[in-house]
Amino acid sequence: MESHEQQFLILNEPMIVGAMISIVVGALSLFIGITYFKKWGYLWREWITTVDHKKIGVMYILVALVMLFRGGVDALLMRGQTAMPENGLLDAQHYNEIFTTHGVIMILFMAMPFIIGLMNVVTPLQIGARDVAFPRLNSVSFWLFAVGTGLFNISFIIGGSPDAGWSAYFPLASLEFSPTVGNNYYAISLQIAGLGTLATGINFLVTILKMRAPGMTLMKMPMFTWSILITNVIIVFAFPVLTVALALMTMDRQFGTKFFAMQDGGMDMLWANLFWVWGHPEVYIVILPAFGIYSEIISTFARKNLYGYKSMVISMVAISLLSFVVWAHHFYTMGHGVMVNSVFSITTMLIAVPTGVKIFNWLLTLHKGKISFTTPMLYSLAFIPIFTIGGVTGVMLAMASADYQYHNTMFLVAHFHYVLIPGTVFAVIAGFHFWFPKVFGFRLNEKLGKLAFWFITISFNVAFFPLFILGLNGMTRRMYTYSESTGYGPLNMLSFLGAVGLGIGFIILVYNLYWSIRYSPRDETGDPWDARSLEWATHGPVPFYNFARIPQVNDLDAFWYAKKHNKPLWSGPIEKIHMPNNSGMPFLMSGAFFGAGFCLVFSWWIPTIIFTILIFVFMALRSFEQDHGYYVSVEEVERIERELGGEK
Amino acid sequence: MKKKWLLLSAIFTIATVLAGCENPLMVLDPKGPNAKTLSDTIIMSIIVMCGILFVVYVLYAYMLIKYRASRMGEDYEPPHEHGSTKLEIIWTVIPIIIVVFLSVITVQSTSKVESKPVGYENEEPLVIYAASSNWKWHFSYPEEGIETVNYVNLPVDRPVEFRLYSYGPITSFWIPQLAGQKYAMSAHVTKIHMAADVPGSYMGRNSNFNGQGYAQMEFEAQAMTQADYDEWVNDVKTTAPKLTDADYDKLLETDFVGRKSYSSTHLEFNPPPEGQHHGTPNEGTPNTEEDGDKTAPSSEPHTHPNHTE
Repeated sequence: MESHEQQFLILNEPMIVGAMISIVVGALSLFIGITYFKKWGYLWREWITTVDHKKIGVMYILVALVMLFRGGVDALLMRGQTAMPENGLLDAQHYNEIFTTHGVIMILFMAMPFIIGLMNVVTPLQIGARDVAFPRLNSVSFWLFAVGTGLFNISFIIGGSPDAGWSAYFPLASLEFSPTVGNNYYAISLQIAGLGTLATGINFLVTILKMRAPGMTLMKMPMFTWSILITNVIIVFAFPVLTVALALMTMDRQFGTKFFAMQDGGMDMLWANLFWVWGHPEVYIVILPAFGIYSEIISTFARKNLYGYKSMVISMVAISLLSFVVWAHHFYTMGHGVMVNSVFSITTMLIAVPTGVKIFNWLLTLHKGKISFTTPMLYSLAFIPIFTIGGVTGVMLAMASADYQYHNTMFLVAHFHYVLIPGTVFAVIAGFHFWFPKVFGFRLNEKLGKLAFWFITISFNVAFFPLFILGLNGMTRRMYTYSESTGYGPLNMLSFLGAVGLGIGFIILVYNLYWSIRYSPRDETGDPWDARSLEWATHGPVPFYNFARIPQVNDLDAFWYAKKHNKPLWSGPIEKIHMPNNSGMPFLMSGAFFGAGFCLVFSWWIPTIIFTILIFVFMALRSFEQDHGYYVSVEEVERIERELGGEK
Repeated sequence: MKKKWLLLSAIFTIATVLAGCENPLMVLDPKGPNAKTLSDTIIMSIIVMCGILFVVYVLYAYMLIKYRASRMGEDYEPPHEHGSTKLEIIWTVIPIIIVVFLSVITVQSTSKVESKPVGYENEEPLVIYAASSNWKWHFSYPEEGIETVNYVNLPVDRPVEFRLYSYGPITSFWIPQLAGQKYAMSAHVTKIHMAADVPGSYMGRNSNFNGQGYAQMEFEAQAMTQADYDEWVNDVKTTAPKLTDADYDKLLETDFVGRKSYSSTHLEFNPPPEGQHHGTPNEGTPNTEEDGDKTAPSSEPHTHPNHTE
């Protein structure tokens, strides 16, 4: 639309120009490096076209780590700006863009892909499968997610970032009040990434329901697999709501409809409802897998089976159901009366019950255990007390009347960071350390890992605990500055110091990755932690076909009992293995999505239409394609098994 | 582990000391009955939550100290434990009891703060319309026939009913020491009940992000004795200019203004979105003849919205 007062390249902000230059230099050196070492072919064959769930998982996690860096820099800038009253590091516009992108990136482009990455790497292995149900679709999922991420991230150099908050409430996010293309980017990049996530949801649902090893009934599944199953059910139910909401947003902003407008029958409150009908289940999409990860790790390092397995499953199912009936607690203050607020208060507080059951089950798993404090275990143990603070403050926020005083304040900000960081972030870091040797064949250094852990855990509390107090003292969120007379200065400074500590912790974590790749001793057993579930039964690194012979499962913790009772998981001879072919099509089709999305952001209709047609061409090609995969011969499997140090 | 607890308790202490040596925290320092209800609810819930934290932390510390591998001996092999129905029932039922207790408190306190403040049930409330526009608050006193911008004065010991709406993005009207917050939206009017017990100047602000000028969108709420209040009203009535339609349009379009006072309100020529649409925003076709005017606040032209070069 003509009325956009936009700049194409953002050149008036030195920080953004600096970032732009470093991105260009980084991309250029990457390009030159790959060309110099002649790695383009390798990259294309082994990664870009891959349908291997493990490699796709690794790519998801790689993107998540990059986004953790981006979102982390946003966070440091925000905390830096508010560290002192009347600070001039950022202006209002820049600050508004940064807290918006911080929220979107951390939830959708960091937490989600990290979770989905671990889910990709681990789930098929845990259920004794060779890949997911639809490997090609899995690759489509990843590449759609990747181009969505890319599209969202270029917004800050081309056209301007969204600046209406990660919840993008109307009418603020409407064309009238947000005339730049920022919120077009928001709607379209989330739409594309969301399509990928929806496909992942269906893919893993089918994988877990149909591809479990013989003998693995639902109630013999590892807890992580259970959490993934439930998570994907939530994805399948929640993401279509986001898809519709974002489509309506695009219509409103670019095609002149008035779904969320203030006049002509539109309703701004409808957006808030749709957003949180998706948004609250989304919280559980990133937290339930974390519960699964902790269950695996706590049980492994307490050397004990998970306490109350059945009640763990039931409570996760209960949480998933409740997650769909609590959304209005995000806007008690909208004035919908005592009755509605009371109902949503009660449903929200009820979530504490199954969550409490899980906490007590973990504690009882530790009871009579033999606890060893490895890095993944440290994160899992730190999770319990910190997350409980997040949980109880959640119950406080659930009380509608009291929420009239917490809503939109730093108290709320503190609460959800106390839930999401020990919940999701600690879990994915723990899972990262835990399953790293499975994928790469060696462990991350424990000493560096523990150092990073202490930095992260302590700094986290320094960064976020003060916010509870600031909130109770009337400091609202999203304020880019405040006056000295408010007295908010000292605690904000403390919080900033904590944020710096968190940053240092993450740097140590990344340095550990580098150090361990160079120096860490290689592990030959495939089971470095003496763990319990099937993924540890095969080699590490895992051969591309996962298992030479499909295991036969008789118990929960099948691998543990196989080790203990010296009872092999396999019988019979090795047979030829059927595997899916690689394909470049998902990558190319996602490229078309990127083109269509980018042009749509700027309302360049003709190229948008051309790219959209291209997307359909790729879909049509796929429909007529004959691809039955290929077989790995028995000799080949035996050769690989020998090379990996003996048949498994 | 010990290190962590030391540090954690150090943080807690520092935080409490920092908070304690200045004024008490705003939300926990109420100056009116509705804010008092909320403050009591919050303090009560904090106590309950500390109890829960205590139980979890004791169990947690016990498990970590007692069952660490270094204390368990080389040959110790943990037993297989299935679970215990008795324990499961205990830690399901007790939380349910706590939730029931908190639910009762919530419903009670919510209905309490959503109606006239306790002790003022029989008094006629002073009605003040509070409308937000980028990035100001307009306060209209229909009873007195005066209007202010970015400050609001109210008499103590009298119930006050704020009626909220917005020209544009959703805002949230909040005077923490007098009452909890509520959204102001363009399509219908929402209400906040409050009363001030003590004269004084209280911080009020928009707490819902609404664009560039959000951080500055504060106002002063001054509670004064009835005599002082009457005097102020008189003063405004005699000295302040009248607010005309054109003035008001200009005011709406200006991003920031300081304090202003007028001896008439905008309610007559630019009425709030209540009446027919009250409670059912934008239902049906709002632009029929008889209420075309009433949607006026939302159809105000915003030629220069929040984006500046």
